[in-house]
Amino acid sequence: MPLLTNTREFFDETGSITKFTGRFFSHGMKPKYELNELMAQCYIIGYKSLPLVGLTGFIMGLVLTMQLRPSLVSYGVESQLPVMVGIAIVREIGPVITALIFAGKIGSSIGAELGSMKVTEQIDAMEVSGTNPTKYLVATRVIATTLMLPILTILGDAISLFGAYIGVNINSVTSIRFFFNQVFHSIGYSDVMPAVIKTIFFGFAVGIIGCYKGFNSTKGTRGVGSSANSAVVLASVLIFVIDLLAVQFTNSLGLN
Amino acid sequence: MSTPEKTVSVKKEEPKVAAITISHVYKRFGPNVVLKDFNLVVNKEENVVILGKSGSGKSVLIKCIIGLLKADKGSINVLGDDVTKLSDDGLAKIRTKIGFLFQGNALYDSMTVRENLEFPLRRHWTDLAPSKVNAMVKEALENVGLAHTTEMMPEELSGGMLKRIALARTMILKPEIILYDEPTTGLDPVTAREIDQLILTLQKKYHTSSIIISHDMNCVKNISDRVVLLFEGKCYADGTYQSLENSADKNIKQFFES
Repeated sequence: MPLLTNTREFFDETGSITKFTGRFFSHGMKPKYELNELMAQCYIIGYKSLPLVGLTGFIMGLVLTMQLRPSLVSYGVESQLPVMVGIAIVREIGPVITALIFAGKIGSSIGAELGSMKVTEQIDAMEVSGTNPTKYLVATRVIATTLMLPILTILGDAISLFGAYIGVNINSVTSIRFFFNQVFHSIGYSDVMPAVIKTIFFGFAVGIIGCYKGFNSTKGTRGVGSSANSAVVLASVLIFVIDLLAVQFTNSLGLN
Repeated sequence: MSTPEKTVSVKKEEPKVAAITISHVYKRFGPNVVLKDFNLVVNKEENVVILGKSGSGKSVLIKCIIGLLKADKGSINVLGDDVTKLSDDGLAKIRTKIGFLFQGNALYDSMTVRENLEFPLRRHWTDLAPSKVNAMVKEALENVGLAHTTEMMPEELSGGMLKRIALARTMILKPEIILYDEPTTGLDPVTAREIDQLILTLQKKYHTSSIIISHDMNCVKNISDRVVLLFEGKCYADGTYQSLENSADKNIKQFFES
């Protein structure tokens, strides 16, 4: 029966990912650390993603402001536009959109790179050369995604807010000081911290899923393509699941 | 080591010092039993070629020898250590004495030729001086006649050159044992014979013991001291190229007739 088969496959996959994550903690986090490779990955994963995150963040802030304005005008609360846009960007839209863009760019890249290394036996060659692939390839990439996504989200949020400021100024004249005063007045630590903390989990999910899919790539170009694709799909779904759990958690702590 | 039941004894070898002793090894993948009570001794400075049909478990066997796969049962003694019982550190240590030439070369495509050769050196011997690393890279590339390719990327090289670079990387740690996974597959006959010659030259120079997996019968003839036929997971035949070529056994003959 297809339903039973799918359910079994789901649990098999979940078990394999859990086992892979366990190996990351048991093998990958042991000294001696691959600091040079970690720095290289932080540069590739973090710095090189900044233009894309910045551009999408800017457009997101601009479009969000332009979409919200007519509704707020109809209720006569146009003056609340910076507050609403600021809260929406910092608490939800910024972290989630940045994480999804990040999953698309970095998740697929890690899945394809490691998948290609797997099918061409480069990972075996690395092991033969006295290198633990979990430590050298997986740990460095997962730590880099976990560290870089929160930083990219903060930068992306800042660029988004600037986009929102431009959006506000399309229909009215508002000084930059007034706009950001209003935004920062309405945002507290209880808005920023949960949002930043959840991006740490988003980053970890993107890294571990990309590496898992790459390491379990089947032979051939189709296998590598499929690894890259499923890394993005699964990481994106996980981002929403983590987001849902994070909202429930922050609600239960009374932070919303 | 007991002789497997079905082994066709073709020629008796003089007792020598063993580099690799494989005893009663079993390996299965799900319901598929790949190695079934496999036994083999490879002596020092000996070239043993393993023949067998595709999917018969030849690559699995050499991956078990270097510890990339773990045998389900049995022992694999390499230079005095049982690989099946070694820890990760123990495996890393024994791997400095074993070279592995992958079928698809497995050169790191994001690294230059120099970085590819430096990688195993820097990983195994972390305290090596840069001048020593340079000298070893130079020597390894000169051995395969490609000293000019140091700063090239793998994608810029031809199939034969890639195989030579992979061989140089395999030899750079001066291993005592080399495992070759189909070293001439995908190469034209002229380049394949050059690779055969290179393997023999390097073996004489560094006194290595080798296990070579090959379907290329010219390669088998050129470089083997002994030929082993892997059939139904067992060592079916063991002897010199000539003795197996003259065998009347139909399972052996099919390899030499093709």
